Amino acid sequence: MQVGNVPMSLEEIAYRANLMRYDIVDMIGEAGSGHPGGSLSSADIVATLYLSGAMDYDPTDPQNPARDRFILSKGHAAPVLYAVFVQLGIIERDEIFTLRKLHSRLQGHPDCKKLPGVEVSTGSLGQGLSIAAGLAAGLSIDAGEGKAPTVFALLGDGETQEGQVWEAAMFANQRKLSNLVAIVDYNDLQIDGHCEDVVGVAPMAQRWEAFGWKVFEIDGHSVEQIRDALAQAKEYSEGPALIVAKTVKGKGVSFMEDQAGWHGKAPDAEKRAAALAEIEQLVAQSKSEMEACNGR
Amino acid sequence: MAGKATRAAYGETLIELVEEGVNVVAVDADLSGSTTTAKLGKAYPERFFQVGIAEQNMIDVAAGLALSGRIAFTGSFAVFGTGRVYDQIRNTVCYSQLNVKIAPTHSGVSVGADGGSHQMVEDISLMRTLPNMRVLVPSDYNSAKAAIRIAASADGPFYIRLGRASVPEVYESPEGFEVGKAHVLREGGDVTIIACGSEVDEAMRAAEALAAKGIASEVIDAFSIKPLDAQTILASARKTGAVVTAEEHSIYGGLGSAVAELLAERLPTPMKRIGVQDTFGTSGTPAELFAEFEIDAEAIARAAEMLVASK
Repeated sequence: MQVGNVPMSLEEIAYRANLMRYDIVDMIGEAGSGHPGGSLSSADIVATLYLSGAMDYDPTDPQNPARDRFILSKGHAAPVLYAVFVQLGIIERDEIFTLRKLHSRLQGHPDCKKLPGVEVSTGSLGQGLSIAAGLAAGLSIDAGEGKAPTVFALLGDGETQEGQVWEAAMFANQRKLSNLVAIVDYNDLQIDGHCEDVVGVAPMAQRWEAFGWKVFEIDGHSVEQIRDALAQAKEYSEGPALIVAKTVKGKGVSFMEDQAGWHGKAPDAEKRAAALAEIEQLVAQSKSEMEACNGR
Repeated sequence: MAGKATRAAYGETLIELVEEGVNVVAVDADLSGSTTTAKLGKAYPERFFQVGIAEQNMIDVAAGLALSGRIAFTGSFAVFGTGRVYDQIRNTVCYSQLNVKIAPTHSGVSVGADGGSHQMVEDISLMRTLPNMRVLVPSDYNSAKAAIRIAASADGPFYIRLGRASVPEVYESPEGFEVGKAHVLREGGDVTIIACGSEVDEAMRAAEALAAKGIASEVIDAFSIKPLDAQTILASARKTGAVVTAEEHSIYGGLGSAVAELLAERLPTPMKRIGVQDTFGTSGTPAELFAEFEIDAEAIARAAEMLVASK
């Protein structure tokens, strides 16, 4: 069910993740508000999901009942979703500059009634995993003995402070939902500071293991590790699987990295230009790596 | 005549719908015996989803099941099934306009002995304010069957208010119900009594008492609180010039408020609202509590008499 050149090479995914970073900063800068930190930290994860072939998904046929689903439970990272939609051709790049503006399809948080490709509206934290679990349960029953579509959900690390996440974790384990894959964007920051200083979320992997989940721990900026973990999590057939993706908030922009202050703040014109200049370097570097690889 | 509780229609009607080929499922939170969704689970295990004592998860699992193409009904008690999960209903079910039907049981003070923590009298208010939500309040077993069938056949979110206690039969069949349609159960020219749920029978008995005093009451079962049957209500208010509302719910935000909003803008009419007066419930039998909170037939009749006297 793939189109274009998906699955892409690891080098191309890394390159496109950097293009997405550029768009994320550019659209949030234009909007004057938004959440750059958690969008940038999850860029490699979301790029790899859609571009590595991990998801069985045809962007020209977004209602295909056999498609794998992606639910962005951390809905404030909407720009990362819009950025990958640009890569997929679901939206034109120019549209990103309507982000957060009146009558835009690109709402501050993803709105499935406005933008095709958004599976369900999110924004209130803690709900995406429950929705994903219900969807996975339904798809699993429909598939019978066959292979059910996989439902992927991306959660923030701070989001696991929401009690409902653990209600969903118990339910998914109870029903052994092997077509459910959750990913935690573990950047260790939330609005009020480091997660461990706010209300600790560690040990992340052990918590989920105790709830009966198969856990994979990876570097959330290694496209190769993300790709392999997604494939293994999808194949895991005993129950639900979680990928703990260790990331850096604001990844790719030096002055935003590991800074809680950039969770929900847009760069001003000067900072926007500085950030885009940094990301341009990343884009150029990853592009040359991709081309060197293609030339081999 | 004595009838069954509105909740008795729940599991039974879902089973009927399954057997008619409708893709309904139920999600419940450890109260499936009380809500009667367990009947569906027993008859068709693949149509029933147990989430345990986890109401937030219940609503969003239902949302996910709706995304998989199912018509998902949720259970639990009204206090947990609407109040505790308001955000899940708002931000997921209604915002994404999903095919989820919120139909918890044990609404109102007629829950009885469990007391105020379990007597939900703010649910109509909470659900009525949500965009994309429609609100049906059945008054007996047959109208409950009708409400469940309507919700299953129309796409998008519904709230159906069901009760624990047995209520007298008002309707002989589940036919003739529609979203946005009220039922005039008794015609009269002196005062209009608009009721919903368990108060419909109280209103009918109030009308009998008023008739003995020479006051002719028009009794309307609102049934559909949102959308409200503006045409029927305005026509009756125009005819009688006096309106009493009656509900087993707070006077704030429920049927009384909905009727007051309508009349204030379209046809200002002297009104009295019978309902729980900005207080929590308490332990007692349903009959004791209807007297205690002055939402019984006597209270309705007194209000109607005062309105008619002040004309």
